[in-house]
Amino acid sequence: MRIFELPIRSITFAVAFILAVIGIAISSTGAARITAAPAGDQAASLAAWNEIATVLQNPRCLNCHQLNSPLQGDSRRVHIPRVVRGQDNQGVGAMRCQNCHNNMGNNPTSGTPGGLHWQLAPVSMLWQGLSSGDLCRAVKDPKHNGNRDGAALIKHMEDEPLVLYGWDPGKGREPVPVPHEKVEEDMKVWVAGGMACPN
Amino acid sequence: MITLKVNGESHELDVSPEMPLLWALRDRLHLTGTKFGCGKAMCGACTVHIDGQAARSCSIMVGEAAGKRITTIEAVSGKVAEAVTQAWQRLDVVQCGYCQSGQIMSAIVLLTGNKAPTDEDIDLSMEGNICRCGTYVRIRHAIHEAAKSLA
Repeated sequence: MRIFELPIRSITFAVAFILAVIGIAISSTGAARITAAPAGDQAASLAAWNEIATVLQNPRCLNCHQLNSPLQGDSRRVHIPRVVRGQDNQGVGAMRCQNCHNNMGNNPTSGTPGGLHWQLAPVSMLWQGLSSGDLCRAVKDPKHNGNRDGAALIKHMEDEPLVLYGWDPGKGREPVPVPHEKVEEDMKVWVAGGMACPN
Repeated sequence: MITLKVNGESHELDVSPEMPLLWALRDRLHLTGTKFGCGKAMCGACTVHIDGQAARSCSIMVGEAAGKRITTIEAVSGKVAEAVTQAWQRLDVVQCGYCQSGQIMSAIVLLTGNKAPTDEDIDLSMEGNICRCGTYVRIRHAIHEAAKSLA
């Protein structure tokens, strides 16, 4: 029996050592997640922006950040029937957004998408045709983002109903492919690193 | 239970909040003047008024309309409604008629908010109401006539 004791002891020690290393690795990763955005980390901020830009340029977001008429669907064609902005960004006459779009959400029967205060984004927030850099500068400019600072932008992306709609667009429309939690994290990294923008 | 206030009366309905308002109007309350056309807010045949605004009742859900003031073609009234329906009759706008309750409901909303609409105002406001008989020219004419009679 004695001849087995040494290897067993060694194996036990080795296993304990490996588990300890894995434990340290896991806790390091956890720590890294929490402190992934040290203030002033421009490289991390820029990398986060590149992810955020793909979300903002997704049809779920971009389709309503248009000049006069929204686009529709994953193909981004002009809204049918034709609707126009009007004075309050919600249409004109008998063609107002909420004539069809429900505040309570998507209509599973008609397929009409919905969400609280469905409307075109304000004229100050036109994103169509902007490069990633120009979009970035527009998003962080209080004159073009609804007078929001970094913290308010993070909150906007966290809980604004029309933002959240992008992940629950109803049948026949693709949700934003980046998980919402990832976008929330990217926003924090982007803001913490100084809202870096590409040229 | 959901309470719908339709044409001045309250109705308690045991339906899903996601049911299209049109289903409730036609199948539960038997108000069949409002028509089913496309079922996805593309044709306007189902247009009613909710708190004075146009609403495509195939797409607005019962839960959304609950507690609000719903008016259908059966009970539409007032100076603008009279002007519109009289102009419609005078100019004999209707051909097959299927879309016309929706057209009239939208025209009333337009003229309530805009006393002297231009052709462009009419086109933009009536865009969501399709007429398979192509009575658009007469509809536009009738809206101008109704506006004149209200001036």
